[in-house]
Amino acid sequence: MSILKIEGVTKTYANHVALDNVSFEIPKGCIFGLLGPNGAGKTSLIRIITQITGADSGKIFFKGERLKPDHIKDIGYLPEERGLYKKMKVGEQLLYLTQLKGLSKSDATARIKAWVDRFEIREWLGKNIEDLSKGMQQKVQFIATVLHEPALIILDEPFSGFDPINANLIKDEILRLRDNGATIIFSTHRMESVEELCDNIALINRAQKVLDGPVKEIKDTYKTDTFQVIGNGRLLITSPDFQVMEQHDNHGVFRANIRLLNNTTPNDLLRYLIQRVEIHSFIELVPSINDIFIQKVKETHHV
Amino acid sequence: MSKVWLIIQREYLTRVRKKSFIIMTLLTPILLAAFMILPGLLITMSGDTETVMVLDESGLFEDKLQDKEDLKFIPLAGSLEQAKMAYQETDYTALLYIPEMSIDNPQGITLYGKKNTSLQTQVRLENTLEKEIENQRFLASGLDRETLDKIEANVKLNTINLSDEGERDNNAIITSIAGVAGAVIIYFFIFMYGVQIMRGVIEEKTSRIVEVMISSVKPFQLMMGKIMGIAAVGLTQFLLWIVLSFIAVTAVSAAFGIDAAPSPAAQFAAGQAAAQGEEESTATATVDNPAGENEVANTISDVKRSFANLNIALIFGCFLFYFLGGYLLYGSLFGAIGAAVDNETDTQQFMMPITIPLIIAFIMSYSVVLKNPDGPVAFWMSIIPLTSPIVMMVRVPFGVPAWELLLSMALLIAGFIFTTWIASRIYRVGILMYGKKINYKELSKWLFYRV
Repeated sequence: MSILKIEGVTKTYANHVALDNVSFEIPKGCIFGLLGPNGAGKTSLIRIITQITGADSGKIFFKGERLKPDHIKDIGYLPEERGLYKKMKVGEQLLYLTQLKGLSKSDATARIKAWVDRFEIREWLGKNIEDLSKGMQQKVQFIATVLHEPALIILDEPFSGFDPINANLIKDEILRLRDNGATIIFSTHRMESVEELCDNIALINRAQKVLDGPVKEIKDTYKTDTFQVIGNGRLLITSPDFQVMEQHDNHGVFRANIRLLNNTTPNDLLRYLIQRVEIHSFIELVPSINDIFIQKVKETHHV
Repeated sequence: MSKVWLIIQREYLTRVRKKSFIIMTLLTPILLAAFMILPGLLITMSGDTETVMVLDESGLFEDKLQDKEDLKFIPLAGSLEQAKMAYQETDYTALLYIPEMSIDNPQGITLYGKKNTSLQTQVRLENTLEKEIENQRFLASGLDRETLDKIEANVKLNTINLSDEGERDNNAIITSIAGVAGAVIIYFFIFMYGVQIMRGVIEEKTSRIVEVMISSVKPFQLMMGKIMGIAAVGLTQFLLWIVLSFIAVTAVSAAFGIDAAPSPAAQFAAGQAAAQGEEESTATATVDNPAGENEVANTISDVKRSFANLNIALIFGCFLFYFLGGYLLYGSLFGAIGAAVDNETDTQQFMMPITIPLIIAFIMSYSVVLKNPDGPVAFWMSIIPLTSPIVMMVRVPFGVPAWELLLSMALLIAGFIFTTWIASRIYRVGILMYGKKINYKELSKWLFYRV
């Protein structure tokens, strides 16, 4: 079941098209990567989903209903441009932002307590935001985003500004939220950073969706049956079933990328190689999302 | 609506808790009290030992000018020139010269002073002399003072304006003061708190909280919440100022034992009352004199009645209306400016068209409207919403036909609905726009953007 369904959304600004007939679905309970280079239209799409702006045409369904103002309380949004009221205390700020999402004061207070205990930041509550380090502010903002326990959490460039330790902490929290039933949208132009986390992705380029679906399926579609082999000996492939894409020899050590042809299997290749050379490593070369993106963009350009 | 309420609360509480707000709120009444008390204090200080030299060539007042607690007379002899010389060598308050004259035609009495003699002293001397001349005339006609006191009736007319245009004669000063004071307060509050709205919006933009906010609330709610929250701050400050000023002035006057606000009218009244009171007490030689106290009470109630004639309810009602109306009209425009720019230095070019009508209204109030409150300039400026909050406030105490007032109010309401609409169109586009140099052409396009 999809939590969010985007149907033919188009958005035009005065002098350019930000989104051109974009459609895809986001399944419930997954981590969804909204990927694309800067200026592709990701933020425009997010602003339409968060109802900051409206689409010129197209429909969006949230939990099967047309998107409406009431859904705001079920969506959490961490914008790329982070910001909090600098001269406001952490506790008051969290309370304020959560109440604006429609929570009662007592509920909000109870949840704030739970979150500050988990992040061990109780002593920050009475501090002004401007007295916190940038990383601390990011943590506070992350809490503010998820405090009202939204069904859909939208994170725009979530890891920018975090050091590796805190980035891992946030990653764990995101996985925990997902396991608790939330759906998470990652929006980023650094595709490699979220590849491992995402269950599904949509690629956007120049206002258009170029690709979407489960990461595994996409990778299966784009894999080329190519394997990287490293070993000792002189490798010379003569079989018509295997094509050498690339080969380097260095003092008796070789590294070769070999593609399977004519419906041969990796085992066929292994058998063939074992008779000739000593194998140290045998890995399937799976295209990264980045590679797929570049390939896809090139394709669409040629058309 | 509850979201707007939350925003109002935040805007209100964060501002009211600021140190600058608390200091401003406390300091202003203290300064005000100081300004009101200080002249009075100085007068009484210098007036403690007011001594007047008297050169009486007529001989009419010989031994009649009796020393009082804070007013001493020193009789002189010789020519006027000698008296002047003698006076120059002293540091006495004044030299009273009474030339040769008959009691039927008391002309040519002159008061010489080194500096301007206070109105209070002047009136007091005049009254003393008048009384004495009257006394002597009565004696000449066979009446003594005591008999006279018994038959004397004290009638004061209450002046009430019947015509719509108003025959504003003796209330003119107080009328002008009430109107201008209201206009000045409105002018300053629009500026002070309008700029606060603008700063608040810029702060939200620069701290980048705005995108988080408008994923929870509509831009219009955010803008209105801010405008209303700051209006509440303004009203709070205003009310605190009134209360605290009252307390401060009362406390200081009690501590120093002097009258505050020595306005010319009050000084005049005080001088007259003091002179009459003293006269009576010396004449009847009793300390506790009901007649004298009545005089004082009457004079004070006169001033009070002048205020009452102004129709306090109408003026105060108009003040609140134009205060809020003007603030809302300009406040939303200030908010729009804040949304259109990235930082405060860029606000200048957009501030101009907003500040100019305000400043013109303010200047015209003094130069034209006050002199001719029913003239065409006053009429038009009090009808046009951009200037009406200030100009109409000046006009109201003089009496304005009901239809003009209603038209002006209706247009002000229409005006602020219109400016709020414009502002909200600019605001919703502007708050998400960064790093773009904005000009008027761009702004006018924003009005018709679909968001």
